[in-house]
Amino acid sequence: MNFSIEDYYADRLDGDVLLAYKGSITTDLINNVLDTVESKLQDFQEPSKVRKKVYNVLVESLQNLYHHIDDLPEEYKDRFESRFGILVVSKDKKQYRISTGNFIRNDKVPYLKEKIDKINACDREELKDMYKFILNHQKLSEKGGGGLGLVDIARKTGNKLKYSFVPFNDDYSFFNLDVFIDEVEKNS
Amino acid sequence: MEPLIIEGTPKTPTVRFDADAGIIEIKGRSIPENSVEFYKPLVDWLEEYKKNPKDKTVVNIQLEYFNTSSSKCILDVFKKLEAIHKAKHDVEINWYYEEDDEDMLEAGEDYESIIRIPFKMIEIVE
Repeated sequence: MNFSIEDYYADRLDGDVLLAYKGSITTDLINNVLDTVESKLQDFQEPSKVRKKVYNVLVESLQNLYHHIDDLPEEYKDRFESRFGILVVSKDKKQYRISTGNFIRNDKVPYLKEKIDKINACDREELKDMYKFILNHQKLSEKGGGGLGLVDIARKTGNKLKYSFVPFNDDYSFFNLDVFIDEVEKNS
Repeated sequence: MEPLIIEGTPKTPTVRFDADAGIIEIKGRSIPENSVEFYKPLVDWLEEYKKNPKDKTVVNIQLEYFNTSSSKCILDVFKKLEAIHKAKHDVEINWYYEEDDEDMLEAGEDYESIIRIPFKMIEIVE
């Protein structure tokens, strides 16, 4: 398996790119990204409904990344900063796409994969129930996430979460998540 | 009891908890990375207020955005209010949402179904 960050990143840069970043995911970075994307959405004169959805989903995507990033594999430690992640926000004719990528320890892959598959198998009502159940029954983790982020993203977008885990070495995989927000909202 | 007043920032809401007036207000954006830190003083204040609440408490929640990390903390705020309501005090909850913001309306309905105090859903039309 020849995974290359550069190829992965280049592949993500199609369509109309609002913002692309690879590097350390910090609070300052999150603030900058949110400001930038918010003003671009204003420029595009999207209806407030679409603007809010994109913004909301972006907040969750970034904070998921922020809270769950693992250390870099040894091979990359001298090449990239710590807390390394990739973010690309782009737009084609019909949809916004928010792509995030980060290294994840292999022992966490089965749990995360199972979680996303479970979310993707849910319809709207089931997602609502799942959201409410987690909200009401699970304690906040120290990281603050509480496991609601992906459920919220799936619920707000109404689209399936597209993901891949590319094996990198014995200890790490690269986790890619593509989230799509329809420009004209689907009637549910 | 001292009011709790917190000015809003781009990532945290404006807070006005006024025991004398019986008014609890949270307005703006709530998208901090660490929401527990922000909400702890609010929950603590309500715990104190609960001991001697006004006959009627009016709660105004008007959020433009909130993240999932805040959503649990907001539920903690509502749970305190639910306890006041259960102790036979009047609690009125006004949930404001901007025109067309179905996600925010739905979020209000989620909370309403969990805490069992009726919400007034108020659409803000520009």
